[in-house]
Amino acid sequence: MSSDTLLDIEHLSVSFRTDRGKVRAVSDLSLSLKRGETLAIVGESGSGKSVTALSILRLLGDNGVIDHGRVVFEGRNLLSLSTDEIRRIRGDRIAMIFQEPMSSLNPVLTIGKQVAEPICLHRDKNWDEAFEIAVELLTKVAIPDAKERLDDYPHHFSGGMRQRVMIAMALACEPRLIIADEPTTALDVTVQAQILALLNELTEQSQTALILITHDLGVVARYADRVAVMYGGRIVETADAKELYANPQHPYTVGLMASIPGIEGDAGARLITIDGQPPDLADLPSGCAFATRCQHAHDACRTSIPALDPVEQNPSHRSACFGYPL
Amino acid sequence: MSLVKNEEPLLKVDDLKVHFTLTKGFMQKPVGSVKAVDGVSFELRHGETFGLVGESGCGKSTTALAVLRMQPLTGGLIKFEGNDITQLEPHQMRPLRRRMQMVYQDPFSSLNPRMRIRDIIGEPLLVHGLATDRRSFRARIDELMDMVGLLPDMSDRYPHEFSGGQRQRIGIARALALEPSLIICDEPVSALDVSIQAQVLNLLMDLQRELGLTYLFIAHDLSVVRHISDRIGVMYLGRIVEIAGRDELFASPKHPYTQALLSSIPLPDPALEATRPQQLIVGEVPSPKTPPSGCHFHPRCPKVMSVCSVHSPNLARNQAGSLPNHSDESQVACHLYDASFGREG
Ligand SMILES: Nc1ncnc2c1ncn2[C@@H]1O[C@H](COP(=O)(O)OP(=O)(O)OP(=O)(O)O)[C@@H](O)[C@H]1O
Ligand SMILES: Nc1ncnc2c1ncn2[C@@H]1O[C@H](COP(=O)(O)OP(=O)(O)O)[C@@H](O)[C@H]1O
Ligand code: SF4
Ligand code: SF4
Ligand SMILES: [Mg+2]
Ligand SMILES: [Mg+2]
Repeated sequence: MSSDTLLDIEHLSVSFRTDRGKVRAVSDLSLSLKRGETLAIVGESGSGKSVTALSILRLLGDNGVIDHGRVVFEGRNLLSLSTDEIRRIRGDRIAMIFQEPMSSLNPVLTIGKQVAEPICLHRDKNWDEAFEIAVELLTKVAIPDAKERLDDYPHHFSGGMRQRVMIAMALACEPRLIIADEPTTALDVTVQAQILALLNELTEQSQTALILITHDLGVVARYADRVAVMYGGRIVETADAKELYANPQHPYTVGLMASIPGIEGDAGARLITIDGQPPDLADLPSGCAFATRCQHAHDACRTSIPALDPVEQNPSHRSACFGYPL
Repeated sequence: MSLVKNEEPLLKVDDLKVHFTLTKGFMQKPVGSVKAVDGVSFELRHGETFGLVGESGCGKSTTALAVLRMQPLTGGLIKFEGNDITQLEPHQMRPLRRRMQMVYQDPFSSLNPRMRIRDIIGEPLLVHGLATDRRSFRARIDELMDMVGLLPDMSDRYPHEFSGGQRQRIGIARALALEPSLIICDEPVSALDVSIQAQVLNLLMDLQRELGLTYLFIAHDLSVVRHISDRIGVMYLGRIVEIAGRDELFASPKHPYTQALLSSIPLPDPALEATRPQQLIVGEVPSPKTPPSGCHFHPRCPKVMSVCSVHSPNLARNQAGSLPNHSDESQVACHLYDASFGREG
């Protein structure tokens, strides 16, 4: 692990115990993140993006099981820490922002209390000092008259303002990593743009690394340094953002890129689609999970699982595909 | 596309208003009102797709429901296939209902979970007394399923056995059952994954070509709207602020809100994004309970002038080409163009 590596996930596999038996949600997933880097994870719903994020902080819930793997953050394997130790990391070294701010803010606590609390908890400040820092943070995320709004409750705030509060809370302890799971999906387009620009600016200023989970390939293009594309619980392709858009390799990535209607180019032409539907994780095919939808599938694809190998000897661009004639 | 200009439009909506009274307490005391739709005018020509875009709560769905007369109107006029339908009683609306159908956003809640697919698709035929005998009823359902790319052997299954994209196909088949001329699609692909969105968009476009359908297509995703629409109307807080042909709107948006909306969408191209100037607008959409005075956009508008908070600009037509790069058809509601339209500021 090189010295500027912040996070290294190695061969992570995660399952859920369900009434249909044990279902593997994430399989043999490896990725690494440098300090200050923005990594986007993209993929269809159910492809394992959120489970990956939740595994890092061990927030999977009662029926989630980490079957295998290591999550090494600042040199320590988070999966082998005690409950107390991981709790000290959450909200301090690693913060998380969820899609629906209303469900992650406490409705009966004032905004001021909620922003100040992690500062008290992790940074050894008294409440007065913590409230002062909270005002600074809320001002930073552009909440007008922050001081007057400390006693407001979440329902007094609009969706965009709540998401700003979540960002303020995430930044409170100057974390080294923020994980944002679809942070703007519930917001209007113009507000979405404001929030992402803010998150981008603040993480850049403080050199905080960001894992941005999204299904919007435009958002990825605007903000990500690197991209991991997930399909059926695995990373099927990863590369620098520019490289991925210019030179997508995996048939799923190629299909995904082709199926988005852009706001430039030929409107009204038939969209290229990926036929069929995303796989059922409880019933994955034995080989490549994409084989049932892939126009290039051949015999090998149906029996064994392709490894995430470098593309043209470029170690930062990897694709999990047995290859096909172009 | 048969966009003959002087032809009678399929649908004409003039100064449509839908206001909701807000009440409080047990006595339902009125305490204010939401002007969800406040003077909306547009028309749909035969065979075209008119896209309606705008942020959440701006009145798109309310407009759609009002057009279908599923929502009481506060004011305005709706003409469909040449008839004024504004005052029609429910029994008079019935035969017209066949001609205008709706496809909804949420493929998970819009289908009755206890009905078989066959009965869901066939229900409108039964309701309108069009199922004469069993065999032709079945044949029609098979035909509809085939049209939307579902296998007729699936017709005995229940909605939960289908994926989101397939359920949306079921909703489309049901809407087609009565051979409508107009289909209103309210966010038909918003709940679907990207690769499935593309399948449904292609299907809608194929059906339009084959059946000569006219679409009112509501969405908040501008790239989807651009892809499918011939003309686009942009709504903000209960009003239409701009109407233009698709290419004109995207190449040279006139209204400051349209401009902000376009620059807010990130494009799927990192090289382009790195150089594209972003003009983000501040603030959020105000509550329609207390809309700003004058031009509703004025508190957020980067080009606001003193007149803007006083007078509400009306949607003026670009006569004699006074807007550069726009056809005579374009309309914009903004005081910046008062001079071009020859009106006083
Ligand atoms: N029955 C009702 N009573 C009171 N207010 C209503 C009612 N229905 C809608 N509204 C209000 O009218 C406004 C317009 O709502 P509408 O559902 O038409 O928005 P929309 O543009 O379709 O939004 P979205 O993109 O979120 O679907 C909103 O402020 C909404 O809260
Ligand atoms: N608590 C849970 N119990 C059972 N299955 C779960 C749970 N959380 C997630 N899953 C399953 O794991 C898979 C991946 O989910 P997720 O990571 O949430 O997908 P996404 O890529 O949309 O974020 C899905 O099949 C989902 O149904
Ligand atoms: S491994 Fe085979 S099935 Fe999978 S993506 Fe590559 S060519 Fe297609
Ligand atoms: S009328 Fe005034 S406030 Fe409204 S959009 Fe035009 S310039 Fe801006
Ligand atoms: Mg998720
Ligand atoms: Mg709506």
